[in-house]
Amino acid sequence: MNRRTHPALTVWAWLTYAFLYLPILVLIVFSFNESKFGANWTGFTTHWYSVLFARQDVREAVSHTLEVAVLSTLVSTVLGTLVGFGLWRGGFRGRVPLTFLLVMPIVIPDVVMGVMLLMFYAIVRGLLERTGWTFENGFWTVMLAHVSFQISYVALTVRSRLAGYGRELEEAAADLGATPVQSFLQVVLPLALPGVLGGALLAFTLSLDDFVVTYFTSGSGFRTLPVLIYTAVKKGVTPDINALSTLLVLFTVVMIVLANLLSRPRKEQV
Amino acid sequence: MTPRRFLATLGPGLLWLAIFLIVPSVIMLGYSFLTRTDLAQVGAPWTLENWQRVFGYDALFRQWVPDNLRVLWRSLWLAALSTLLCVLMGYPLAFYIAHQEARRKNLLLLLLIIPFWTNFLIRVYAWILILRPFGLVPSTAATFLGMVYAFLPFFVLPVYSSVEKLDWRLLEAAEDLGATPARAFMTGVFPQTLPGLVAGILLTFIPALGMFVVSDILGGAKTALIGNLIQNQFGQAGDWPYGSALSFLLMGVVLLGLWLYARFAGEKGLEELL
Amino acid sequence: MERGTHRPELTAARHRLYYNALHVEDFAGKFKREDRRITGPSHSVVFKGKRVRELSADAAVSVVDVFKAYRNAGGQETPVLRDIDLDIRKGEFFSLLGPSGCGKTTLLRILAGFEQADSGAVVIGGRDMTGIPAHRRPVNTVFQSYALFPHLSVADNVAFGLKQKGIRGQDLKNRVARAIETVQIGDFGNRKPDQLSGGQRQRVALARAIVNEPEVLLLDEPLSALDLKLRKQLQVELANLQETLGITFIFVTHDQEEALVMSDRIAVMNRGRIEQLGRAEDLYERPRTAFVANFLGSSNLIPGRIREVTPEGALVQTDFGPLRTTQHAGLMPGQEVTLSIRPEKLRMERDDETEGNEVRARVDDIVYTGAENQYLLEAHGQRLVAFQLNADIGADEDFDYDEEVALYLPPASLVVLEEG
Repeated sequence: MNRRTHPALTVWAWLTYAFLYLPILVLIVFSFNESKFGANWTGFTTHWYSVLFARQDVREAVSHTLEVAVLSTLVSTVLGTLVGFGLWRGGFRGRVPLTFLLVMPIVIPDVVMGVMLLMFYAIVRGLLERTGWTFENGFWTVMLAHVSFQISYVALTVRSRLAGYGRELEEAAADLGATPVQSFLQVVLPLALPGVLGGALLAFTLSLDDFVVTYFTSGSGFRTLPVLIYTAVKKGVTPDINALSTLLVLFTVVMIVLANLLSRPRKEQV
Repeated sequence: MTPRRFLATLGPGLLWLAIFLIVPSVIMLGYSFLTRTDLAQVGAPWTLENWQRVFGYDALFRQWVPDNLRVLWRSLWLAALSTLLCVLMGYPLAFYIAHQEARRKNLLLLLLIIPFWTNFLIRVYAWILILRPFGLVPSTAATFLGMVYAFLPFFVLPVYSSVEKLDWRLLEAAEDLGATPARAFMTGVFPQTLPGLVAGILLTFIPALGMFVVSDILGGAKTALIGNLIQNQFGQAGDWPYGSALSFLLMGVVLLGLWLYARFAGEKGLEELL
Repeated sequence: MERGTHRPELTAARHRLYYNALHVEDFAGKFKREDRRITGPSHSVVFKGKRVRELSADAAVSVVDVFKAYRNAGGQETPVLRDIDLDIRKGEFFSLLGPSGCGKTTLLRILAGFEQADSGAVVIGGRDMTGIPAHRRPVNTVFQSYALFPHLSVADNVAFGLKQKGIRGQDLKNRVARAIETVQIGDFGNRKPDQLSGGQRQRVALARAIVNEPEVLLLDEPLSALDLKLRKQLQVELANLQETLGITFIFVTHDQEEALVMSDRIAVMNRGRIEQLGRAEDLYERPRTAFVANFLGSSNLIPGRIREVTPEGALVQTDFGPLRTTQHAGLMPGQEVTLSIRPEKLRMERDDETEGNEVRARVDDIVYTGAENQYLLEAHGQRLVAFQLNADIGADEDFDYDEEVALYLPPASLVVLEEG
């Protein structure tokens, strides 16, 4: 599009970008600052990174975060793909309430979802205790909670990916002798694959990122990275948290660039 | 679709949502009518007191306590104000990005997506580093700034996708018919961006309404929002029934808004929210 | 609807179904059925067509009393197919012709197994298809949108059906290659569908279907997305292919010319019913209803009342005076009828000599279409249309605006339509 861009618009845009990146840059700079307190620059150091790497609780939180993210992403991708496929096929009543149900986990405030599940787990625990079983809030409660909001994102991603294809593709497969399962595996799934991967990536990132729902469902013994950062921030600024944040930003950038390169449509090699 | 296929495809996912979403909602509604018996303990008798408290009436002392209402009010206007600022900053930005040539556009989008994906806590935390030297943490202004910062990318992306799809010929048609540039924009362009704008506003306003992390980190006690109030009931205060009533109210407001939006935009609009 | 004529050729299954249907039905239904049989075909005239083929005595497909309705959100029923009853013979090129919404595509989808009839049955190759899902039916479909699998190459698209049957290796390769050769897209085997033109995609869709050697090939407006020239070329190719392969084709179209050019027989559908079934010439020369008369080509419709019936024909009193037709079967004096005559069969003349069957008219408008002149004429306050071939348009055969002419309506070309 070769429409004119007003200079004021350009200035406005650059200011907005500056606003978006200023805190991130400050964060990165401070992670290399020698001074333990305050805003003064006293010299360059990588000391806080070694402090960070030495912390056992950080390492534990990283592995908890990844474990929850991997398992919840696997479960939600399978369930969400099936739901997205079903929505695409259609042919049932009540599409609007169903879509509403799917959008719910996306729009309900995190804090409500968190406390809701907290109470739900408490009730389930109470019921189980009568039979002599019990469980602690921890890995499983967090993982199940994450799946609950991930399903919707996967389902809607898969569905919008399939939306470009007519349902007669499935009819064509059936017409050529494919059973419903064969048709799903040989026709629908290959077509939906970019959507499935995109949905999985989204689900994975959401799980990595989630603080609020995890905070309410994790109990005291199980900490993920966001929960650890929150606890640290509440205590006060420590430079090793700056280092951790810098690494996480870096990780995000690498992930996005990778995803971008992978999803770029392949051009004919000339 | 045959019932068997329905069960095989939508069944497991919907069952999951029913167990982890609908059942907890019903439990929460039930709890909001029960009595706090001890820290994080709930029991008989059934009561309306929690709901009365939500709307500012203290049944224990038999008097109106406006504090809670003030929190609700503050949550509403802070969310509205943050959304407004997001619109002012983000709406022109979406046009700026859409106007660039392809390579530059992709880069600018990437630069928008990076903060979008960066851990929320970290982005809020970064503001402490900037504002603390000026003595601005904790303060309402810091909360406000943090909210705008946190939600700006969520606002710009849906608006951008609307602007990207714009049919500019309508603008030319309006200009051709003698409209002033401002008028041409309002009649030819603005209505086309409305779906993205509404989606962006909802995606900003709704999370802002339920926010407690930003106010918790940047705002301090004076800037408590409904989110903080809820968090407190499930934390130190240990008053689950009251917290349930507050949560249910918040959820109700959001779902009502969503329902109105669905009626206005239909099923398609619901999906385009993403 | 040509009922009764092929009763004796019913397959055993058809007999059973028909027997069941008769004995389950109430008496009223039964009588209705008997009625229809008696008042069956009335046209014994045989026209010489360009491609008259002997039809097989065996039915490839029998549709027995198929009824289907859609329910809207309010629970209201809209019938889309009402008591469809027809036989399609082995090796026949059969067309379902009608405007959009007439039910032709629904009928095809019921044959393919994508949709179920509310009542009635479908018999394909002697087997009752009730309850048999699409993937186990001996038919293949060419979709209107082609429905090629976008992630598979042309060759893999064509191989899809054979692979489902467990055919692998050299046999698979040979058969795919042969099918691709047959439809003349041999060079495109490795391409993806989005790298092909519309016509090429159409050929792939065809190859993908015929490679399975189905008993019946269902074609859902396969040419409608192509431009006119390509469409005409493919019409011929399709007809030739059908003749070579010997597969029964059921072809759905809304294009009357397409149906006339390619089909052995055509069923004209309207509002969920078959209005008329027969060879192209039967339908064109002897339309039975006003709908058929105007959907296939155009017609002048003239209302009237029968004055007398003789073995040579009937005399019909109309606003233009008495008109003679050669038709007489089933007609009774005093009956209200509508006469139909094709615009190209009207003869425009200048002389005033009266030979009967003439109507005085005035030229109201002339439309030049290249191959012919179309005259819009006014006679006794009614509008008539007459076509005149370009070859005939000479100095003294050319008519002018507002000119008074005599229209001769040949008795053999005046068709008496059924009321309704």
